Amino acid sequence: MKPPPVVYHGPDTLEEAVRLMAEHGAEAKVLAGGQSLVPLLNMRLTAPARLVDVNRLDDLAYVHSDRHGVRVGALARHADLEHATHAFETIPLLRQAVRTVAHPTIRNRGTTVGSLVHADPCGEMPAVLALLDGEVVLRSERDGERTVPARDFFVGPMESACREDEIAVEAFFPRPAGRTGSDWRELSRRNGDYALCGVGTLVRVDDAGAVSAAKAAYIAMGPVPQVVDLTAAAADGDWSAAADHAAEQLDPEDDIHASAEYRRQLARVLTARSLRAAYEAVAP
Amino acid sequence: MTEQRHQVTVAVNGVARRAEVPARRLLADFLRADLGLTGTHLGCEHGVCGACTVLLDGAPVRSCLMFAVSADGHDVTTVEGCREPAGDLGPVQQAFLECHGLQCGFCTPGFITTITAYLEENPKPTEEEAREAIGGNLCRCTGYQNIVAAVLRAAELKREREAPHE
Ligand SMILES: Cc1cc2nc3c(=O)[nH]c(=O)nc-3n(C[C@H](O)[C@H](O)[C@H](O)COP(=O)(O)OP(=O)(O)OC[C@H]3O[C@@H](n4cnc5c(N)ncnc54)[C@H](O)[C@@H]3O)c2cc1C
Ligand code: FES
Ligand code: FES
Repeated sequence: MKPPPVVYHGPDTLEEAVRLMAEHGAEAKVLAGGQSLVPLLNMRLTAPARLVDVNRLDDLAYVHSDRHGVRVGALARHADLEHATHAFETIPLLRQAVRTVAHPTIRNRGTTVGSLVHADPCGEMPAVLALLDGEVVLRSERDGERTVPARDFFVGPMESACREDEIAVEAFFPRPAGRTGSDWRELSRRNGDYALCGVGTLVRVDDAGAVSAAKAAYIAMGPVPQVVDLTAAAADGDWSAAADHAAEQLDPEDDIHASAEYRRQLARVLTARSLRAAYEAVAP
Repeated sequence: MTEQRHQVTVAVNGVARRAEVPARRLLADFLRADLGLTGTHLGCEHGVCGACTVLLDGAPVRSCLMFAVSADGHDVTTVEGCREPAGDLGPVQQAFLECHGLQCGFCTPGFITTITAYLEENPKPTEEEAREAIGGNLCRCTGYQNIVAAVLRAAELKREREAPHE
């Protein structure tokens, strides 16, 4: 179908965009890559009175890396993050995960920050932000700038802490401390589809190769990204025992794509493989 | 309510094209209805099938998930623009013809644009890479085998055409 009538604003500066959201926030939506919003408009599942298109805010199209981590501006496309070599070298998990977001054509347009605000429980990047303990920087006329940590940012399915008059300007993904390996893997019916279950893991080892910290984050396994600490369960390197422990913490639901029981089984298998791969990436 | 209209100028296949459209006009409908370039097809209108894929400043995007107003000032290449400058079939189009890479042709414009951009990045794909490259486009007719063959043939043709003549 075709989208409903809408009033369009195409601000050239962030200040103007923030002002427009202050004035119209209750009836307006930010339009970023449009890869989630436009399907909803085309199917008429949403009908905001106004759109504030942020695609001209070129200053926000950045991916910056330093020893603390990676900062992704609101207009950086998934493809920009995927192709930024410095971001991959700083946090390999970013590329490992973003490559599984849809197809290249969707990644050319969809923004990473947009997918965080969209907060789809099947989206990869919200789980990556949660796993890394990252944060999102929000801006509004009312409150100026505020920074929300991932654990408070994902409120429910398709619901983030970004308020109706706020614009998300940046996401910060901190670099894991010490000698930490990472892995992302998922199962979907067709390459590029939303996953039936996806898992990202971080495993930290000491110089002798012993596991000193481990955790996993899941998509499609609950209303928001689920993070499970596996430090104790994975301490002796028994990946399948750790995976069993993780699967017990998860409470997936049945839907038309997969039963809860099948999803839990996938989580078990993928977690064991993922922990092993993350460990082997850094083991001495 | 009368809908507000916007002046939109897009360089389509190298030619500046202008029209006045409502904000909700999808880029795909702008190309088809306002500019009469009906080569771009609309299948699903929610980003899944790939039939509407065009190149925005050289990179493939779904024209069903973008508004014409957002494309103002940008370059767009459609399947009509994937031909040779003199008007002959481009290498990807020629390869589809030779390899029987289409049956009904509904999906074809999205494949042609996607593959045209892909071969700029990877001029010599393996068969596996060719499969991966077309993973975001659906075809209900061919079973894909001939499209994979067409990707490989197009790469060959492109190399031949770009090789300096003796
Ligand atoms: C065929 C298809 C397959 C896909 N598969 C996957 C997949 O496997 N995994 C996955 O994670 N995603 C997938 N996506 C979605 C894709 O990742 C989107 O890019 C992403 O969800 C939203 O980013 P966007 O920039 O396109 O946001 P938009 O669609 O423009 O916006 C989405 C929502 O976020 C709000 N918003 C966006 N940016 C801001 C901002 N800066 N400040 C405040 N609000 C903002 C908008 O108002 C809207 O409510 C798929 C999409 C398609 C079409
Ligand atoms: S019509 Fe755009 S992807 Fe199907
Ligand atoms: S040729 Fe008919 S859909 Fe592809």
